[in-house]
Amino acid sequence: MKNVISHISKAFDHRIRLGIMSVLMVNDSMEFTPLKELLDVTDGNLASHIKALEQENYISVTKQFIGKKPNTSYAATSEGKLAFEQHLNALEQLIRQSR
Amino acid sequence: MEEANYVKQLTEIRTMMDRSSRFVSLSGLSGVLAGIYSVIGAFGVKYTMVHFRPVYADLSNTGFRIILSIAFAVMGLSFLTAVILSVYKAGKRGEKTWNSAARRLIINFCIPMIAGGVVCLSMIQHSLYGLIAPFTLIFYGLALLNASKYTLETVRYLGLFFLVLGLISTQFLGKGLLFWTIGFGGFHIFYGTFMYFKFDRQAK
Repeated sequence: MKNVISHISKAFDHRIRLGIMSVLMVNDSMEFTPLKELLDVTDGNLASHIKALEQENYISVTKQFIGKKPNTSYAATSEGKLAFEQHLNALEQLIRQSR
Repeated sequence: MEEANYVKQLTEIRTMMDRSSRFVSLSGLSGVLAGIYSVIGAFGVKYTMVHFRPVYADLSNTGFRIILSIAFAVMGLSFLTAVILSVYKAGKRGEKTWNSAARRLIINFCIPMIAGGVVCLSMIQHSLYGLIAPFTLIFYGLALLNASKYTLETVRYLGLFFLVLGLISTQFLGKGLLFWTIGFGGFHIFYGTFMYFKFDRQAK
């Protein structure tokens, strides 16, 4: 049981961070605005959660210019994907055990 | 209490994954309307075939030109209806219509459709008219099958039905219009009604 809990990552212990990772698991990459609309959060709120995941090295940030407009897109790193999968497996196990 | 929390987390993950990768604002009503346009179009084609005899596949032939116009009008109207109703439905759900999921849906639907269109044009070129109706049904079925990964899962079954109907129709050459009406008319109306009562009505 302890072992399972250790896989429940603190980094995903928030609805928005969980949402960001879920979206980036099924999309190769996503830009800031669509991500914001999907999760229905404010700019500042999304930015702070993105920063938290970036610091964990779970997502990578790509900044580039399309014409003159700055464009930022996000993708899950392989490390992030692994951590998220472990988190999912741990959730499943916890649910199964408590049944 | 903890368990409820984990279940909620899993549900949220699933919702976000689905919402970001599938376009779910397709309305059942657009299927029904597409079916009705097709049936009306089929009557138009039948009338043209009787009235402008002989009809053969040559752009200088009036009957053929009318039939071609009907076909494109039905396609255009159906597409337009689907777009308008999707915009309306997405607006009601508070989602943007033109998101990455919609883009992927259209791209993946168009790949088999364009391939099928080229095949049918080349069949006209080589005077293989009998197989055009079966091939349009088969390619449309494959397009739906391909697109179903990016929209409501049930679209997959509609695709399979079209595929089977197309394969059956290869054994009944000359009955193309009948099979077209069954597929584009009947299947669309039947499936659209089913979808409307399953998803749209619930949402209200």
